[in-house]
Amino acid sequence: MQLVLEKRAERSNTIALVSPLIAIGLTIVTMTILFAIIGKNPLLALHAYFIAPLTDGYSLQEIAVKATPLVMIAIGLSLCYLANAWNIGAEGQFLIGAVAGSWIAVKTQGTDAGVWVLPAMLVLAAAAGALYALIPAICKVKFGASEILTSLMLVYVADLLLDYLVRGPWRDPNGFNFPTTAEFDPVATVPLLIEGGRLHLGSIIALLVVASAAILLGRTIKGFEIRVVGAAPRAARFGGFNANQLIILTFAVSGALAGLAGIIEVAGPVGHLQPGISPGYGFTAIIVAFLGRLNPIGILIAGLFLALTFIGGEQAQIAMKIPLDVTKVFQGILLFYVLACDSLILYRFKLVFPNRQVARGAG
Amino acid sequence: MRKSLLALAAGLLLAGSVSAASAADKLKVGFIYLGPIGDLGWTYQHELARQALVKEFGDKIETTYLENVPEGPDAERAIEQLVRAGNKLIFTTSFGYMDPTLKVAKKYPNVHFEHATGYKRDKNMSTYSSKWYQGRYIQGLIAAKMSKSGVLGYIGSFPIPEVVSGINATMLAAQTINPNIKVKIIWANTWFDPGKEADAAKALIDQGADVIMQHTDSPAAMQIASERGKLAFGQDSEMIKFGPKAQLTSILDTWAPYYIARVKAELDGTWKSEDTWGGLDSHMFAMAPYTNMPDDVKKIAEDAQAAITAGTLQPFKCPVIGQDGKEVECKGGTSLDAGQILGMNFYVKGIDDKLPGK
Repeated sequence: MQLVLEKRAERSNTIALVSPLIAIGLTIVTMTILFAIIGKNPLLALHAYFIAPLTDGYSLQEIAVKATPLVMIAIGLSLCYLANAWNIGAEGQFLIGAVAGSWIAVKTQGTDAGVWVLPAMLVLAAAAGALYALIPAICKVKFGASEILTSLMLVYVADLLLDYLVRGPWRDPNGFNFPTTAEFDPVATVPLLIEGGRLHLGSIIALLVVASAAILLGRTIKGFEIRVVGAAPRAARFGGFNANQLIILTFAVSGALAGLAGIIEVAGPVGHLQPGISPGYGFTAIIVAFLGRLNPIGILIAGLFLALTFIGGEQAQIAMKIPLDVTKVFQGILLFYVLACDSLILYRFKLVFPNRQVARGAG
Repeated sequence: MRKSLLALAAGLLLAGSVSAASAADKLKVGFIYLGPIGDLGWTYQHELARQALVKEFGDKIETTYLENVPEGPDAERAIEQLVRAGNKLIFTTSFGYMDPTLKVAKKYPNVHFEHATGYKRDKNMSTYSSKWYQGRYIQGLIAAKMSKSGVLGYIGSFPIPEVVSGINATMLAAQTINPNIKVKIIWANTWFDPGKEADAAKALIDQGADVIMQHTDSPAAMQIASERGKLAFGQDSEMIKFGPKAQLTSILDTWAPYYIARVKAELDGTWKSEDTWGGLDSHMFAMAPYTNMPDDVKKIAEDAQAAITAGTLQPFKCPVIGQDGKEVECKGGTSLDAGQILGMNFYVKGIDDKLPGK
């Protein structure tokens, strides 16, 4: 006897909408049991995770700040994934964008450079991210090299380049040899939206990106092309769509968005270039893209939700003395249920009896 | 349904505020940790000091920590979360928290901050660090005595002054025993990555090193040295159980006396911003027992420890000869001054390695 997953003939749209809610419900049930086992009040714990961060302006800002790079990168990745182009190297494109933009900030440091500095940084970062993403895209199109491997490997190249620059040429001369550039000048810093807060212009840019992606995918021929090439490559070929061209295009766009996210993070919340500017945003964004079902609005929600679990996890650590490990378990369980529920929309379990098949084969 | 949810939320909020009120008269002390509390190295030692605080002050304080906080954009939020949870004295225990701590300190002038191993201060932000190079000097003496091959293996974390001064102190000490001693250095570019640290230790042993020293935080190198029958020094914490036949000694970060003094000052209302850089004399760190060595080596180590504690032995006594063969300017009269050590950015003569980024 064997248990196999069998593709469902048709998928239910209602279930597709309800599935994430079922996943969250199952997560809450599981976590309630877990909290009870470790002797914490489950209601208070869930409150610390989900409700408390939503009840004050400070936490809401922090959720937006945390979600900003995740959403921007994930939107770009979703375009790639829809077109069947597997960009796994957003982390590297993020870092290269940060490096390229910082170049202007470092070179204009202490000069009377005007307000053009920040816009120039953003443009250069996006261009650098796009070019960096084009390397795996072109290798794929020209030589058939696996873009999954090449884009992933370029992450380490970007990481080491950043490392070299902040330890060497760009090191803060007054920084005791510590690996960081000096703090960026005000003209090279992303403006804050609320005085004394941390919410910055980047969050607005992220919203614009979400809106643009929604329009691109929903209202334009290009968007249609992307979806057809991914979903039905043969039909797309008959339709005269050029899959290679789309690989180049989607890689460039996702690289540009990751690069933009990189410089916004560096010129915003961090304020200078240093190693470790990304706690794995480029990889977490892959999760965000799929949690959001490769849909722009879904990605926005998924990004905010993931950010909520980070902020809530910290508040639970502080308020309830719940160890960080539990937060990680919590995030893991959540992803597990989301993916499981998603699979069960498209597939169903079926018991297969091999003996019977053998009998049939013999007959 | 919505009403009952609201009522539930209100009830929970109420419960939260009641518990906050009962804790209001306690001093809340917060900690930001770089690693997991179970790293058995750097973070573990801070955690031991936190536990010592709880033992010392009991009900007078309430401590909270956030562990595994990366030194990137998340640090500022983590620190601010502690402030907003009512912590009045906050220890941020890694160099990379310097700028985030400063930012939060400027925003909350009534909260006091203690930042480990940094150089930026404010009227409500102190810094504290240890003169670990003193311990490295003692280790250098032991290593040169114990090494048969004359090659020491050194696992560096990042080429920052604290690490470079440790390498130099080791070399200067070792040269007093064996002028031809060699130090091989591998930069792990991490503070905590047991896999990488173990690989570095293996590579160093394969290159002929028979005494392994490390400036990374896990006991992985100690385990490798132990397996291969070589000798090693622990780091941050007591690591003898990972190499009962391998550990010569270990530099133990003993933060408890400092933390207790600072919390006491906060409770008494006498806390003020300070720059503490303590050595063996002020018990900012200690040496683990000298083990796996003959008595004469042990005596050399103990004598050096006594002399450093008394201030009669200066690891960076002038003249210090740089890697290029030129004498380093002697700003402190008889030895290099604090600024030269805290910003150390050069190797001493005899080190066969290029400082990364130079």
